[in-house]
Amino acid sequence: MTPMTNDSLAELAGKAASQTPVEPRLSLQHITKRYPGVVANDDVSLSVMPGEIHAVLGENGAGKSTLMKIIYGTVQADGGQLMWNGRETVVANPAAARALGIGMVFQHFSLFETLTVTENIALALDAPFDLKALAVRVKSVSEKYGLPLDPYRLVHSLSVGERQRVEIVRCLLQDPQLLILDEPTSVLTPQAVRKLFETLRQLASEGVSILYISHKLHEIKDLCDSATVMRGGRVTGHANPKQETTGSLARMMIGRDLPVCQSPDYTGNNNCALEVRNLSATSIDPFGVSLQDISLRVQRGEVVGIAGISGNGQAELLAVLSGEQTVGNDAVLLDDVPVGKLDAGQRRDLGLAFVPEERLGRGAVPAMSLANNAMLTAHRQAGMKHYGLLNYAATREFAKRCIERFDVRCNGAQSAARSLSGGNLQKFIVGREIMQSPKAMIVAQPTWGVDVGASAFLRQTLIDLSRSGVGVLVISEELDELFEICDRIAVLSEGKLSPAMPKEQTNAESIGLLMAGKAEKEVA
Amino acid sequence: MIESFFVHLIPILIGTLGAATPLVFAGLGELVTEKTGVINLGVEGMMLIGAVAAFAAAVATEGNLAVGLMAGALAGALASLPFGILTLSLGANQAASGLALTIFGLGLSAFIGQGFVSYSLSGVKPIAIPLLSKIPLLGPVLFNQDIVVYLSFVTFGLVAWVLAKTRLGLVLRAVGESPEAAHSIGYPVTAIRYGAVLFGGAMAGIAGAYLSVVYTPLWVQNMTAGRGWIAVALVVFATWKPARLMLGAYLFGGVTILQLHAQGFGVAIPSQLLSALPYIATIVVLVLISRDRKLLQLNLPASLGKPFIAGG
Repeated sequence: MTPMTNDSLAELAGKAASQTPVEPRLSLQHITKRYPGVVANDDVSLSVMPGEIHAVLGENGAGKSTLMKIIYGTVQADGGQLMWNGRETVVANPAAARALGIGMVFQHFSLFETLTVTENIALALDAPFDLKALAVRVKSVSEKYGLPLDPYRLVHSLSVGERQRVEIVRCLLQDPQLLILDEPTSVLTPQAVRKLFETLRQLASEGVSILYISHKLHEIKDLCDSATVMRGGRVTGHANPKQETTGSLARMMIGRDLPVCQSPDYTGNNNCALEVRNLSATSIDPFGVSLQDISLRVQRGEVVGIAGISGNGQAELLAVLSGEQTVGNDAVLLDDVPVGKLDAGQRRDLGLAFVPEERLGRGAVPAMSLANNAMLTAHRQAGMKHYGLLNYAATREFAKRCIERFDVRCNGAQSAARSLSGGNLQKFIVGREIMQSPKAMIVAQPTWGVDVGASAFLRQTLIDLSRSGVGVLVISEELDELFEICDRIAVLSEGKLSPAMPKEQTNAESIGLLMAGKAEKEVA
Repeated sequence: MIESFFVHLIPILIGTLGAATPLVFAGLGELVTEKTGVINLGVEGMMLIGAVAAFAAAVATEGNLAVGLMAGALAGALASLPFGILTLSLGANQAASGLALTIFGLGLSAFIGQGFVSYSLSGVKPIAIPLLSKIPLLGPVLFNQDIVVYLSFVTFGLVAWVLAKTRLGLVLRAVGESPEAAHSIGYPVTAIRYGAVLFGGAMAGIAGAYLSVVYTPLWVQNMTAGRGWIAVALVVFATWKPARLMLGAYLFGGVTILQLHAQGFGVAIPSQLLSALPYIATIVVLVLISRDRKLLQLNLPASLGKPFIAGG
């Protein structure tokens, strides 16, 4: 279909009342939503035509998710109008949205782990309650759109990609006229993304409108007919993504050029900083994934990345590496010293730094000040204790230096951890660990939920740290990020780790296949 | 020899059902409440309030059982309402609110009950179901009981069926597992939880009513004697499965009656230890059959005890 310019869309919207031809399926006019202290949406307008794939592009915190919640009825706007098929409509709640024909696939899936696929879908349908008949329908719809699903599987046993299929099939069974997808590819392999795009194009060709929320520029260029770009709660532009470059889209999204990381060569010694030898460990979580015969070396001066979709043993591997779960003494070595039997504190004493995925709750105590949070791991540093008693002045000083050196935007060392944005808190946590001069540092999802500027800063910080002679291990779901900062990349899939390949010798395609659990020889 | 064995066994088994019935009602009610993610530790208090209300109503109507049961259910549900307001609308801690409810129920029932201490009711006669009650052994045990025991069978069947087979049951389970997800697809989580809390209260009230109107037809202060707590424990140790809950309740009832007989025979064990036996035996057996962690995790309502307040 032909993409339409935004001007002609606006014209159409204006004439819609009087003329019959194509009117927008959905048209938002001057939507405003305020929260205490923030304006999440400020005078936002956009329209989507039948069969159009429309991107809403913006950073974390740009207001995209709030806007979608307003369309889906989970949040009510403070001002503005919502026109549905040319008629002004108030969407009071998600049930009303579904009745109109609006379906939504959530970023953090709204699925119930202990229920079956069919039961999960039944919960969102208003049809008479007949699980057997529904299972048959689920099977036929899922096959029609290339989204194979077993209706009787329990959701907790599904992969992330399969869970997303459940969400999509759930929407499709409601015969939607508009499908909203919120960051749908953040957890998919490149192959699964391609498959998803095929499904979406098929839907669009059948006349379904699609609102596609993302911050991934190349995906939007690949898939979408038109785009609305948001920044800080406002619309900063409308564009046809096929006619834009990723650079021009990025400028509309963040207001300046995309920052690029520099990886200088490393000249110091290549001694092993962190090593894992033939590690097998049973998961403590009954729904977890057990680790099978994992071996990995991280040398001083390099960044090693572990790709893979969460739930393939990532949590278990992190627990074993940090010392939250102890294993055989020789399975984990730090600077050639066996530490497998040591707990997390003892490993930190020996120079291991660890930045967990969950910033609030594990990386930092939300209600405590930055100074106190710094003390939680930095009390090992000289001068922080006097005869076992804490030296608060020294910890405040330490936190202050960390805030300055790592450009943490906050109200000083006494501000509570939870008052910081994701990016600033992550800078503080990473900084706190770096300032303790570790020998090896493990970072999980370093830029999850962090804005573009802070992400670039954090990535550069990790590269610089490695070049100062530290072994850095990064576990991330973001393939682009791993290719940007890592020297070597391995893949963790179903509890097994592939050999770490120098990044010049691999690409997103083959990493994607490994993520999906295929052996390397099948790729070749 | 065998004959005399049965002569002793049948009364024990008949008594078992009676002793277990309050646990069946209170346990099934608490099970439904917990399935939606709310843990109400006020069962003991709600049972006592139900017991005293039922006794008062029965006395006033010269022993009308139906009025007694309804009064008990109503009083139990009313007693659960402040708990609901505190925990569901105001987001208060569920454990503390439940404990407060138990203490409140103990005091309130003792206060109201003062005037009823000297009364007694005639009790309820068993109803023999034609034909079925003639089956050897099973007949007199299962089919020659009072009507409330039959009602407990029906309630068990209904609760098990609703939870496993109906949309209502699916919604209840979904709310207990992830109130956030249920809210995001448009279910009124707080309203559903209110319903479950009130149902749990009504069932606890019926359990209390059975005690004061049928089982020992008189009012004694704190007459539930910890049965509300056992009901809460049964739910957890039965891994939120109605059938296991029944098993636990009958086990408790059986050992209760057994140790009473043992005390009657003058077994040389201190009576206090024997009285503790049902509590110990029930917990041990249920813990042993519920060791499978995977099963436990599949049935545990993941949001149990966590407040949920719908917001932006």
